[in-house]
Amino acid sequence: MSAASIAEAAAELMDEYVERIDSDRLEEWLDLFTEDASYQVLPRENLEQGLPASLMLCTGKKMLRDRIVSLRNANLYNPHYDRHLVSGARVRPDPDGGWQLSANYAVYQTTHEGQSRLFSVGAYRDQVRMEGARLLFSKKLVIVDTFAVPSMLATPL
Amino acid sequence: MEQKLTADSPAAPEVRWPRPDYSRVPYRLYHDRALYELEQERIFKGPVWNYVALEAEIPNPGDFRTRTLGETPVIVNRAQDGSIHAMVNRCAHRGALVRRETRGNAKDHTCIYHKWCYGLDGGLIGVPFRRGLRGQGGMAPDFDTAEHGLQRLRVESYRGVIFASFRRELEPLADYLGPVFTRHIDRLFAKPIRILGYQRQRIMGNWKQYAENTRDTYHGSLLHEFQSTFGLSRVTQTGGVTMDARHRHNLAWSKLGTDDEAEFSALYKDNKVHDSKLRLEEPSMVKFHREFGDGTSLAICSIFPNLTLLQISNSLGARQLRTFGPDEFELVFTLFGYEGDSEEMTRHRLAQANFVGPAGLVSMEDGEAIEITHRASAGEREACSVIEMGGGGEIQSLEHRVNDVPVRGFWSYYAELMGIEPEGAVR
Repeated sequence: MSAASIAEAAAELMDEYVERIDSDRLEEWLDLFTEDASYQVLPRENLEQGLPASLMLCTGKKMLRDRIVSLRNANLYNPHYDRHLVSGARVRPDPDGGWQLSANYAVYQTTHEGQSRLFSVGAYRDQVRMEGARLLFSKKLVIVDTFAVPSMLATPL
Repeated sequence: MEQKLTADSPAAPEVRWPRPDYSRVPYRLYHDRALYELEQERIFKGPVWNYVALEAEIPNPGDFRTRTLGETPVIVNRAQDGSIHAMVNRCAHRGALVRRETRGNAKDHTCIYHKWCYGLDGGLIGVPFRRGLRGQGGMAPDFDTAEHGLQRLRVESYRGVIFASFRRELEPLADYLGPVFTRHIDRLFAKPIRILGYQRQRIMGNWKQYAENTRDTYHGSLLHEFQSTFGLSRVTQTGGVTMDARHRHNLAWSKLGTDDEAEFSALYKDNKVHDSKLRLEEPSMVKFHREFGDGTSLAICSIFPNLTLLQISNSLGARQLRTFGPDEFELVFTLFGYEGDSEEMTRHRLAQANFVGPAGLVSMEDGEAIEITHRASAGEREACSVIEMGGGGEIQSLEHRVNDVPVRGFWSYYAELMGIEPEGAVR
């Protein structure tokens, strides 16, 4: 694939990613990951200290699916709407194959009473690769600047 | 400087406890600004040992961390001789924050404003232009640097867990903790630990609602459905609540694999508690590797006033509670494993970090439970919460978990320190 068509496919993938979270279609959101994909939400203070502990860590799509199944069936959290704003993504070839995808994000949360607040700011440092005709996430690393998490973190960033 | 209660201390606002056993708690206690301000003096700066940090976070001379006790900013550091010091992070000159970084290594602490410089023991070692310039200006001749250091706290460490107190006269740390809790710290800190990272959570509620939450085993398997759904912790397991003699600290514990599957299913069904046939696709995450030899798989250890030591399966951590007014507090989780852990065990602990913190599969609900309690009780000052699961009256340790008796223990010690005990108060 040419660089231009990869950039286009990556932008499309990112659009789908935020749309499926923001419209609470988390089961379909899972379809954007490869089977071996990792999903990690890492506080920036841990990254800076070289410490590995995450806020969320799913190594493999099974764990990621467990997270969503748990969210739907076992967890209770603040009823809210999410709204992601994502910067233009930068795409670079990954030395190990596929491409690296990076972007900044802001997530606003709105209560069911219509009150909005800036919930989280940070950056995505992802890897994507082609699976058949589709570009999918093989790694999603969310670096959270807002690591003093307000209230709780239930739905994915 | 010693904080003493004198005739000048503000009087405690009058609190009317309907019952002397603290089985009714007026909602006003979670909202009143005057009470909050008094708590800073009588609880956090009172006759208590506040949890500050773990020694493993400041292993080398010069290493420092900034922390918050109640709402007071504090520096904790290791001096060149290896000794540990904690002092208020506020310049003795104009009250500026001296150390703005959250961590680092330093030979001294210098305020940016007028460059007053303090040693690692908090003593004032430098005042620029103290003697003036060309015979003009400067501090008064009788200015004594020895009287203008950072406010120093008394510090004691038990098995690498550092505590500090604003009070000079106070029982030694080991006596304050008591045998149940020194034994529990011995259990968790028998081997050198390795810090795995931090998680932080800001909750829009009152800090005492969190103190109650960690002492309330009744909610554990009801609110945190992940635990019962996936078999981590259920009230049918062997467990209990163990307090110190003064009922200020509490250890809530349970043992995996000590209950009967059929009894559990029937009970939870009868009580309309979620009992789905859900299974995890990756069950290795919830596996419990026995590592302490006692079979305890869940241990929530609350040390008055600001520490929770937690073991949820193989996820280990220390949580520091910080207050930001009556309507907001922060939890800072320090997650750890052991230096001797295999790579596989470290991976397992990192996977089980999913259980805890603001995104924790078995803890995210606490934030919501506290926020909705705080929201709904905000306008109601005389009505009370009901705390009598496990009975009222005497406060005592129990060998079961369908109770919230340790919550009354918290209130009894809180009321004593605040000077607001009811007539005939249970202790």
